[in-house]
Amino acid sequence: MKNRFRMLSYPYIVWMAIFIIGPILLILFYSFTSGNVHDLGSMSFSIGSYKKLFNLMYLKVIAKSFYLAAVATALCFLLGYPVALIIVKAEARKRNLLMLFFLVPIWMNFLLRTYAWMSILSPNGFINRILAFFGLPMLNIMPGQSAVVLGMVYNFLPFMVLPIYTVLSKIDKSVVEAAMDLGANNLATFIKVVFPLSIPGIITGITMVFMPAVSTFVISRLLGGGKDLLIGNLIEQQFTVQRDWHFGSALSIVLMVLILLSMAVMSSVDKEEHQGGGGLF
Amino acid sequence: MVYSFNDSKSRGHWGGFTLKWYAELLENRDIRTALYYTLMIAFLAAVISTIAGTLTAIGIYNMRFLSRKIVLNINYLPVLNPDIVTGVSLMTLFLSLKMQLGFVTLLIAHIVFDIPYVVLCILPKLRQMNKHVPEAAMDLGAKPSYAIRKVIIPEILPGIITGFLMAFTLSVDDFVISFFTTGSGVTNLSIVIYSMARKGIKPSINALSTIMFLIVVVMLLLINRSTTKGDELIP
Repeated sequence: MKNRFRMLSYPYIVWMAIFIIGPILLILFYSFTSGNVHDLGSMSFSIGSYKKLFNLMYLKVIAKSFYLAAVATALCFLLGYPVALIIVKAEARKRNLLMLFFLVPIWMNFLLRTYAWMSILSPNGFINRILAFFGLPMLNIMPGQSAVVLGMVYNFLPFMVLPIYTVLSKIDKSVVEAAMDLGANNLATFIKVVFPLSIPGIITGITMVFMPAVSTFVISRLLGGGKDLLIGNLIEQQFTVQRDWHFGSALSIVLMVLILLSMAVMSSVDKEEHQGGGGLF
Repeated sequence: MVYSFNDSKSRGHWGGFTLKWYAELLENRDIRTALYYTLMIAFLAAVISTIAGTLTAIGIYNMRFLSRKIVLNINYLPVLNPDIVTGVSLMTLFLSLKMQLGFVTLLIAHIVFDIPYVVLCILPKLRQMNKHVPEAAMDLGAKPSYAIRKVIIPEILPGIITGFLMAFTLSVDDFVISFFTTGSGVTNLSIVIYSMARKGIKPSINALSTIMFLIVVVMLLLINRSTTKGDELIP
């Protein structure tokens, strides 16, 4: 009986093999070969693409991507944690409203959100108008790296707030009360009790922000101007303009590996298995 | 966030509240085709993914521990992978198979990344379900397909609905994967916005954003309602 049900998943397993594993193997293959991609016979094994990677210029791009993503993640954390705290402490009805208000941007199209920031930050955009009105100097960050970071923070902040909020809301109130009964003041309770308990949520949040931040190319393209800043842009270029699929594949593999590594590091820090905010592992 | 609402009617110039942009929007053929394709693909992908995902979830739920783990981990790869990698790898797959990039490839791509999310929504519901009920049904003589239809599905219906809505929203919103897997005139709203944003800013985009916002709010309320059945209000 169970066997019968089990068979339901077999079609999908075949599908997965073709459409999930297949493409990755293909990319792996391309990264290790060179030659005309459209003519199977002309390809030969080479690690030339990987060697090309170690060129200083490309390494700088990778480093910059990680750096910017890290900055954005840190900012998301610094902004997001207090927000999550506020929402948790608010009374029930207000809480749902706050959550809704905060989550609404996610549900808007990702591109439109980024585009809205283009308008806000541009030389004759919203912010500069206000500054000009008060006679203050213009804010000239767009296009540029700071604009990209801001765009990332705006886009991904909800992904940080959500897991942290979920974890915070599940903390058993009596534990907090017990701490206070034992004499701890608000600050001590927070540092010793609340914060440590919220770490799983923080980890999920960091993962959910860092990963898309490192690999985005839309944000850096629209807000960063013509120069290609990030890995994502580079990969996109290789596949569309430069037509060097081998190099693009190598870059993609590197990106994948780096991300999987960071996630492995993250989950080793998180000791307990939990079904918290992200709910994926 | 706030600004993106305000911006839709008059664009940074406060040239006055007009609905003119909405009219222009509807007339713009590019946007109309894009909208059509976006909704079409999202709907098809969501429907197919939900059906396939539900059946698969039931299958996975009944698997032995080790094979289940392996299958699940592979299943979640499209979720874990950055979208560029998924998009680019699918594109290379399609081209290597000498497939023409277009509607079909776009649809396949969307299904690929929708199904994992559907499975993700349904599995918890399966776990919550009392597994003795379908067993009992079959002991009483029901055929497995009957058991599925009449017993299991009603139990996990909230999960199915949530999965469907999620798949739909995800597909409507997608840019990167669609960007790489489509071609020959088939386009998607996000792609159109992207090219418009790069060329210059047109006010009709802002009207578009209000419309999309409204659609999304509706979907949000729907998802909210379906997950409320017995569960906490916000996921």
